[in-house]
Amino acid sequence: MSAQPVIELVGIGRSFPGDPPVEALRDIDLVVAQGEFLAVVGPSGSGKSTLLNVLGLLVDPTSGVYRLDGIDTGVARQRRLAALRASRLGFVFQSFHLLPHLTVLENTALGGIYLGLPQRERVRRATVLLERVGLDHRLEARPATLSGGERQRAAIARALVAEPSVLLADEPTGNLDTANAVSVLSLFDDLHREGVTIAMITHDPTVAAHATRQVQIVDGRIRS
Amino acid sequence: MEALVGVSARPGRLLLTTVGEALGLAALVATVSLTTTAGAQVSKNFDAAAARQVTVQVAPDRAQLGATLPRHAEQRVTDLQGVDAAGTLTRLALQRPSHTAPVTDPHGLPNPVLPIFAASVGLFDAVDAKVTGRTFDAGHAARGDRVALLGVDAAERLGIHDLSFGPAVFVGDQALTVVGIVDDVSRNGELLDGIIVPEKTAAGLFGWRGAASLVVEVAPNAADVIARQAPLAIAPGDPASLEATAPPTDTTLRSSVQKDVSALLLVLGIVTLAAGGFGIANSMLLSVMERVGEIGLRRCLGATRSDLMTQFLVESAAIGLLGGIVGTSLGLVTSMAVALTRDWTPVVTPELLAAPLAGLVLGALAGAFPAWRAGSLEPAEAMRGL
Repeated sequence: MSAQPVIELVGIGRSFPGDPPVEALRDIDLVVAQGEFLAVVGPSGSGKSTLLNVLGLLVDPTSGVYRLDGIDTGVARQRRLAALRASRLGFVFQSFHLLPHLTVLENTALGGIYLGLPQRERVRRATVLLERVGLDHRLEARPATLSGGERQRAAIARALVAEPSVLLADEPTGNLDTANAVSVLSLFDDLHREGVTIAMITHDPTVAAHATRQVQIVDGRIRS
Repeated sequence: MEALVGVSARPGRLLLTTVGEALGLAALVATVSLTTTAGAQVSKNFDAAAARQVTVQVAPDRAQLGATLPRHAEQRVTDLQGVDAAGTLTRLALQRPSHTAPVTDPHGLPNPVLPIFAASVGLFDAVDAKVTGRTFDAGHAARGDRVALLGVDAAERLGIHDLSFGPAVFVGDQALTVVGIVDDVSRNGELLDGIIVPEKTAAGLFGWRGAASLVVEVAPNAADVIARQAPLAIAPGDPASLEATAPPTDTTLRSSVQKDVSALLLVLGIVTLAAGGFGIANSMLLSVMERVGEIGLRRCLGATRSDLMTQFLVESAAIGLLGGIVGTSLGLVTSMAVALTRDWTPVVTPELLAAPLAGLVLGALAGAFPAWRAGSLEPAEAMRGL
């Protein structure tokens, strides 16, 4: 069982209707093993965002098979997909998406809310994780008072509350200056060392260098 | 729970959003409670006077032949169950000027021609007369004494204010001693303009031949029954010769008054409320568009479409409930204030407590479309460009 990959894409394609149809992804084969830190690099328009949306179960592939923890997601219905997102996927966004009217702790505790975790448990996990990412002194702060790096670390803590199988990060340092980017990337390094599986999308080679494996995507195809 | 956090996030906008709805509901609540209050007020006056009156008269065809009520009419009707008081009343067809002293003043106003009424002793109770001085009594009536009561307006015109020196009033050239002044009556207000004399006196001086009408004061709600029974009691052999009239029943009057007063205000309130509903819908739609990022985030956290629809629906309903509570309070305060300034007793029907719930329903309805929009956003679309 330990050999089972977290993510397994076989012949995934995704086209968007239009005249002519846009083929954002073509025949993608990709395997992400447990504990791996993968970086997907490519220029804008290469299809890497579509790939992340497919991995995040936000977009259905038009062809191919996507197995998440061995589960064939192609046959799952909307409700099942939402449940898979809640339990097995952790999202980290370029622009953090912290809700401005909630405190850092409340924002973090939003993770796992659609998993049906009781409030008390979510707050407990959030508190532990915020300490883990070095924000235990800012629990009651509003996101607007945090630096970009702090916000992203809170967002990462939020993504980890549900204890997902894989962390999906979309340009996690895209909105950060160098110093803040370094703090976030070193957090990714630490998480990777602890065994968290990470799939990260970036166009920045220095960011991608933190990953243990890189795949390049150009014109919707993986170039190896 | 989540939805309520969203509601409280922007207190300023929340306030503005609910203003329209609150005003509409306030107008509705004030309208409804004011019309019930006013309606209760109207019917209170009504109960106290007209609703408890029955008038018995000779049927018009007999009256033309000169028929009058039988002598025993008052006694027979007084014996009926549910009759509080009864008295006969006749307006005399008499056009004689009245005065207090024979003064010949060519430049003065002509002496007024006041209506003369012949009444039985029981009439004063039957019309709830408030009298200064005294009424004439059975003795006066039996002897046909030359006594009279003046209606308060008649006394004013004749210049009689003080009864202590036993003033007299002349009707034509017949002198009558004024024993009392009728200050107010609950019914038969024409008495306040006239001179009231005992029937036997009227028979001797003015040619009264019999009573024209019988005024009956009945117990509350007995008017219809008494109106049916009175002709039979007075003239068992020929009830059709008499005509008894009861006032329209209380409830019909109340509802017609309420309908008249409130229709326009009700329409206004509904229009305002509808505008308020659109206000909420608009604000919620704006909120959905502003929170596309939050919607996308929640979808990524595993929210289903219906989770999000529920969230926005609950949020909208909560706003509606809040506006409903504010509006209901506003409307009640307004109607209380109006009732107080008019010395009315405020009447609040329990149905008004449903008004905040109506606000909740309005909020939910207004939020239906925005909630659907929130639920139908594609998560990938929602995350793009944010």
